Amino acid sequence: MTMKFLGAVSGMAIVASTAAFADGHASPEAEVLHYWTSGGEAKSVAVLQEEFAANGGTWTDMPVAGGGGDAAGTALRARVLAGNAPTAAQIKGPAIQEWYEEGVLADISAVAEANNWSKILPEAIAGHMQCEGTWCAAPVNVHRVDWIWANAEVLSANGIDMPTTWDEFNAAATKLQAAGVIPLAHGGQAWQDATVFEAVALGILGSDGFRKAFVELDMDTLKSDDMVAVFDQMRTMRGYVDENFSGRDWNLATAMVMNGEAAFQIMGDWAKGEFMAAGKVPGEDFLCLSTPGEGFLYNVDSFAMFAVDGDDKQAGQALLAELVVGESFQEVFNLNKGSIPVRTDVALDNFDSCAVLSADDMAASNEGGSLLPSYAHGMALRGAQAGAITDTVTAHFNSDMSSADAVQMLADAIANSM
Amino acid sequence: MTKWLEEHMPKLVLAPSFIVVLIFVYGFIAWTAWVSLTRSRLLPRYEIDGFIQYDRLFASPRWDTAFTNLFVFGFLFIVIAMILGLILAILLDQNIRTEGAIRTIYLYPMALSMIVTGTAWKWILNPGLGLEATVRGWGFEDFTFNWLVDPDMAIYTVVIAAIWQSSGFVMALFLAGLRSVDQEIIKAAQVDGIPTWRVYTAIIIPAMAPIFLSAFIVLSHLAIKSFDLVIALTGGGPGYATDLPATYMYTMAFSRGDIGQAASSAMIMMMVVFTIVVPYLYSELRTKDD
Repeated sequence: MTMKFLGAVSGMAIVASTAAFADGHASPEAEVLHYWTSGGEAKSVAVLQEEFAANGGTWTDMPVAGGGGDAAGTALRARVLAGNAPTAAQIKGPAIQEWYEEGVLADISAVAEANNWSKILPEAIAGHMQCEGTWCAAPVNVHRVDWIWANAEVLSANGIDMPTTWDEFNAAATKLQAAGVIPLAHGGQAWQDATVFEAVALGILGSDGFRKAFVELDMDTLKSDDMVAVFDQMRTMRGYVDENFSGRDWNLATAMVMNGEAAFQIMGDWAKGEFMAAGKVPGEDFLCLSTPGEGFLYNVDSFAMFAVDGDDKQAGQALLAELVVGESFQEVFNLNKGSIPVRTDVALDNFDSCAVLSADDMAASNEGGSLLPSYAHGMALRGAQAGAITDTVTAHFNSDMSSADAVQMLADAIANSM
Repeated sequence: MTKWLEEHMPKLVLAPSFIVVLIFVYGFIAWTAWVSLTRSRLLPRYEIDGFIQYDRLFASPRWDTAFTNLFVFGFLFIVIAMILGLILAILLDQNIRTEGAIRTIYLYPMALSMIVTGTAWKWILNPGLGLEATVRGWGFEDFTFNWLVDPDMAIYTVVIAAIWQSSGFVMALFLAGLRSVDQEIIKAAQVDGIPTWRVYTAIIIPAMAPIFLSAFIVLSHLAIKSFDLVIALTGGGPGYATDLPATYMYTMAFSRGDIGQAASSAMIMMMVVFTIVVPYLYSELRTKDD
């Protein structure tokens, strides 16, 4: 690990020393606001800090813990309103555009063009990083959201293969239930309900239907019979979770799969980190497969660049942008974090089989136009609209509401959130 | 000069805190009212756009749940905490030997933060870990107590935890009230052979009316601003079944970038407080004038 890390750092040093902005006029400075504060995440961001320092930059760290980024968002708002924006802040998805509309983001097109970002990034993801044609943010990683994780031993003991359709999933779940195993490990928190919901929606609506419903908010799709079927499947899945699921954290649900108490979990690839940390081997102890249906739901972390004064800060911004998308950082960081590199030209020799599968699927779905933003993780819609959908999903999942009522409520909630 | 200073000293000393309160309380109330009339999203904007945020608020099923919960929670919490506090106070008032120790024990929950109370009760009420699992472990396999995970009953678990936290405090208030009633009247009643329960219902409790009012005011503002207890105990769930106006406002302002919605819900909360506090202030000020 240390060797690999040193290699990465020295590699970056060479890249940066040839770059135009590091020629000594201004020493790069960056103040970076982020919410990577837990163990693995903090380790990952430390990689970036050290690379930044190795390139002669001064990094001012501004980690804000808590609330899945809510606290960081509040801190950022206060800083921007006070006219003292940080150099870069961890913001993702449509929120980048929202900040751009407030007129506070910088243009880093020079770095992006010099490093050929439009070629090396998947088109759908590159779109999030651009504000009206200029580049205003740098992507860090790609998390896949539509994963289904399974305990290999439980599946083989019950003679079950990984499901590739929702019907197969339901059949497997019924069988497991009869065998006394909890079919689906789930935590009853609104965002986890939404994560399962969007995986089901992708499977049933297909990638075009998903885009229409959760990116374009097309009312006909939102009220369609297919959407009723999505809620029907959610009601079926409600029967596959244990009665004690309310409020459970996602990592506890992952632990249930790990120790064989439950068979499946539908969760993004951060769940893999839990399996790996417990010394489990992908393909042997646990299995990973995309949830039934075509497509790939991504959750991309990124740094939005804020308009700052002073050559040293602007140089820091450019250096940061270049390092973040740089090949070696992409590899080291994503190995630490459990996600996959956002650029498609990084060798995946050191990555595990699930990550390789994820990267292959990303490339394939990019070609096929089914590389889609995750609505549940704030990539597809703005906060108010995404929140309106989540409210409906969680209200339906945690009550005996009918699917038809849920679809009506969904349409009303979205109309009301505009 | 000295005379002038002498005359104006009180005003000068009070001025800074007066100005601070003016800006940071009333100024920001006015700011929130203003923002609640705009279409503010991520950052506040100042172009007035009518009552659109209030229309959205009242069309939202989640706000409906939160607002109904406020009344269910507030009513049960205030009434039960006061009844329980009064009973405890009367029982403690019987000149028992270990009163000091018992009083401390009942007051102790008040010393805990709501977060601690919420987390402890989350474990106690969790069907898989707490009460239900324990009783089943004793052999009562059919025992069920799963209010925490039942969307229709979850709000009552918040009531239970809040009562546990606050009834000791109400007891202390009432105990002080009981002790302040003129002993002569009570003795006179006892000499006349009036039974103890009649002494309480006809003499002591009516004499404590102001204490009831204070307890009511303290408890009702605790109920309206309740936030941390819900966050720790249920996280607003299952679904959003235990949302309260304060948690709704927080979600809108800080998770969803919908500041206009948050401001309008804050204004509604303030109006609820006003409907309780204004009659109280009015009656207080009027009796002073008499």
